[in-house]
Amino acid sequence: MQIPTVAELHAKGEKPELLYWVGCAASFDQRAQRTARALATIFTHAAIRFAILGQEESCTGDPARRAGNEFLFQMMALKNIQTLNQYGIQTIVTSCPHCFNTLKNEYPALGGHYEVWHHTQFIYNLIREKRIRLKPVTKEALQLVTYHDSCYLGRGNGIYDAPRDILQALQMKIVEMAHHRSRGMCCGAGGAQMWKEEEKGTTRVNIARTQEALATGSHTIAAACPFCNTMLYDGLKHAGKEEEVQVKDIAELVAEHLASDPPTSG
Amino acid sequence: MLIAQIVFIALLVFAITRFSHQVSKVRRNILLGRDEQICGNRWQRWKNVLLLAFGQKKMFRNWIPAILHLFVYLGFIIINLEILEIILDGILGTHRLFLPYIKTIYPVLISAFEVLAVLVILACSTFLIRRNVLHVRRFENPEMTHWPRQDANNILIFEIILMLLFLTMNASDQALQFKHYGHYQPTGSFLITHPIALQLQQISPGVLVGLERGAWWLHIAGVLFFLNYLPYSKHFHILLAFPNTYYASLEPKSQMPLMADILPEVRSMMGLEANDSQSVPTSPPVHFGARDVFDLSWRHLLAAYSCTECGRCTAACPANQTGKKLSPRKIMMDTRDRLEEVGRNIDQHGQFVDDGKSLMNYISEEELRACTTCQACVEECPVSISPLAIILELRRYLVMEASSTPQEWNAMFTSIENNGAPWTFPPDERGQWASKLA
Repeated sequence: MQIPTVAELHAKGEKPELLYWVGCAASFDQRAQRTARALATIFTHAAIRFAILGQEESCTGDPARRAGNEFLFQMMALKNIQTLNQYGIQTIVTSCPHCFNTLKNEYPALGGHYEVWHHTQFIYNLIREKRIRLKPVTKEALQLVTYHDSCYLGRGNGIYDAPRDILQALQMKIVEMAHHRSRGMCCGAGGAQMWKEEEKGTTRVNIARTQEALATGSHTIAAACPFCNTMLYDGLKHAGKEEEVQVKDIAELVAEHLASDPPTSG
Repeated sequence: MLIAQIVFIALLVFAITRFSHQVSKVRRNILLGRDEQICGNRWQRWKNVLLLAFGQKKMFRNWIPAILHLFVYLGFIIINLEILEIILDGILGTHRLFLPYIKTIYPVLISAFEVLAVLVILACSTFLIRRNVLHVRRFENPEMTHWPRQDANNILIFEIILMLLFLTMNASDQALQFKHYGHYQPTGSFLITHPIALQLQQISPGVLVGLERGAWWLHIAGVLFFLNYLPYSKHFHILLAFPNTYYASLEPKSQMPLMADILPEVRSMMGLEANDSQSVPTSPPVHFGARDVFDLSWRHLLAAYSCTECGRCTAACPANQTGKKLSPRKIMMDTRDRLEEVGRNIDQHGQFVDDGKSLMNYISEEELRACTTCQACVEECPVSISPLAIILELRRYLVMEASSTPQEWNAMFTSIENNGAPWTFPPDERGQWASKLA
């Protein structure tokens, strides 16, 4: 499978149905790349004509802005908006809640107006509209899963149901953590913490959060943010549980459950 | 009677004048903040006032304190109807002025107030136990020592005393009614104090009148004192919760406001034409981000005065839970403390004279650096305060003006600038993940 870039399509006088905004993590981080590939598989399964920006994609500016560097944020935002507007991009799907928040909520003030979806919202719509077909689930496959709310999806944008609805559609049984939905506990990566050492404390945020996840007894911790995934996986390693328990992005779980043949288009 | 009236009116005028004076100072302090126009969405704003301030919606995320708080809140609002009668009686030299006009429902009303008074006493006692005996965790943080702890206890004890005085006044009044003494006209029996009044009958009328008058005067003087205590206390939230929920941001919690005043510079730096809506000439900001209270929007200063230090924000803060120095409640308390310090400076000199200090003397970089911007503090606040908004403004100052940035963050900035990604991967590797696709 070859994923076209918007520039390639543009050269042919074409425009994609949607732009997949990959984000830095899914571009460069090995673990998050799995999410990107899962999502690409899902798009293909649903016969969606999507494209990526490739090397024309840049950081949205989220970590710079949260660290306090508004200059750099505005530079990145203006640059990205220029690129997006030049190609007439209207619909964007992203697998990163931080990119999602910036593109959806913070770019309009700088002249970037797009219809922005987080991949969990988008996938849930595909399932509901029967545009993707899921494998029938056997009894023994029924597994326990706990879902970790990303702050920028949940509290930030009120997206609590889409990821859970997907897990339910996959016939997984959700066991909630002590803190979930609007009370969900951060993984520790937000606010540009991902790019520096944590401040001095009694424990690390991701270790505390992973303990909550492990307490549910689930074998799968589902998340919908590349940074949460990393933090939770590090938490599992710290607890020595990375063999027994897996951290998976919702997109990966969906891709694993895709039927081998796509739905016949109606 | 006339002397009593004169004393009462003098007391009332003094209390109200002093309170107005204090409130005008608070208002002046709040307006020291940066100007910010808040317009539009009136309906949504009023809805928030109704749901959050009047309706206490967020309080019910936690049922036990919510119900106890509801008793005190209803007690405060409803018993104030009785205060109206007490004040009019004081001015006019009457006794239970409303009684002849609403004779049938009068005892029902007063009985309802009495039930509330008992609930207030129960709730405040429970709150005292939670704070001082059970040591509920969110009341035990380092910022909750000295004055903040004392303030909380003062308020609770004071409310209990006021309610006890109200009940004493009613009980002795009814005991005097049984004796057909003086002007103590029959009111019908009050639910809570009637049985007490029956016991009080043994006491001589002179002592009873002393008790009734004493309780009456102490009660109203206490109320007026309490009114004047508010501007110095965290309890000011009973008034400011209303404007604060009105003016609170309606944007998604994760959305950071644009620093519009640097935009023209950034645009020209990038060789972009100034577009019309953004080309309004703006003077460069005094500070990039916030160094002191003057650099924060007046909304955040209003929020600092609206905070009642309940600590729901701090209890939910992942940094605080994992032992970091950051406490969102302390951010609000520090903002108010600094603002009050600036206010005293102005009182003393007629205008603000540089004291060589700023909000950064109250809030350390370590605290600011610990925030993950998870918005749990904003989510939890029952009156829509955003400690996060202040944290982010102070971070802007640290990075853009004080040039105090952790090395790793500087590396991240450089990488974003050079590679378009916070990590040092070249842009042409951005699409590599796709090559491994089946």
